[in-house]
Amino acid sequence: MAQKNYTGISVEVNEEGYFLDSTVWTKEMAVEIAKELELELTDLHFEVLNYLRTRFNAGEALTIRGVGKSGVIDIKGFYGLFPGAPMKKAAKIAGIPKPASCI
Amino acid sequence: MENKEEFPLKKVCIICAKGTIEDVYATLVMANGAVMEGIEAKVFFTFFGLDAITKNRMNKIHTGTIGNPAMRMPGGLPFPSLLGILPGVELGVSAMMKSQMAKLDIPPVDEFLEMIVAGGGEIYACKLAADMFKLKKEDFCEHVSAIITVGDFYAMAGGQGTQIIFT
Repeated sequence: MAQKNYTGISVEVNEEGYFLDSTVWTKEMAVEIAKELELELTDLHFEVLNYLRTRFNAGEALTIRGVGKSGVIDIKGFYGLFPGAPMKKAAKIAGIPKPASCI
Repeated sequence: MENKEEFPLKKVCIICAKGTIEDVYATLVMANGAVMEGIEAKVFFTFFGLDAITKNRMNKIHTGTIGNPAMRMPGGLPFPSLLGILPGVELGVSAMMKSQMAKLDIPPVDEFLEMIVAGGGEIYACKLAADMFKLKKEDFCEHVSAIITVGDFYAMAGGQGTQIIFT
């Protein structure tokens, strides 16, 4: 296990940098994590992050398809907001575990 | 000394030559999985695999009920090959497979292709097979970028960290 310092607070993360405890997450931390991934967060980013956190807290599996049907953003837009590996990046910034999904 | 340096996968070029549910979905899952991870994906459909991108066939693909020793009845008993030849059995088995996949949030073929393209993946049809089956660009779904030759396909497969996968 590792420690990361975001907004002056020490956070426990796994070896890939995902939060171990999603409840310690704040929006200000999200901005700093995003910076590490070279992303500047907009309101739309936060809408997506909130959607993912809500779904995660409800115990639901997170999939790209689910994001596309969320009404928050379509799949192309999701790839545009978090270029490269959108689900992994968004989960990391949202302070939730890496989604274990093949779709 | 042995060089153990690893180069991350950057691009996959996937070939799908068969039109059964399991062959087509293996291709789609691998292609979508690649773009989800930020890996470039080019998918080349050929021979019966063209069914997966042909407008009037793509959402009607079946699984074969004959000659598949891994086929099981619901409950796990072996599926007798003779049963597989009865009219309607292939349709029923295929419908059952599709409903099981839908429960896992696996999309239908057209939506799956849309997801891959939305993620930057590219879909191609094989020219030789399209000529053979007398299919034209307008017979294929909108997600197909072009009808290309095998040479065009190989030309896309350059670069370190590229793999060609035949499903």
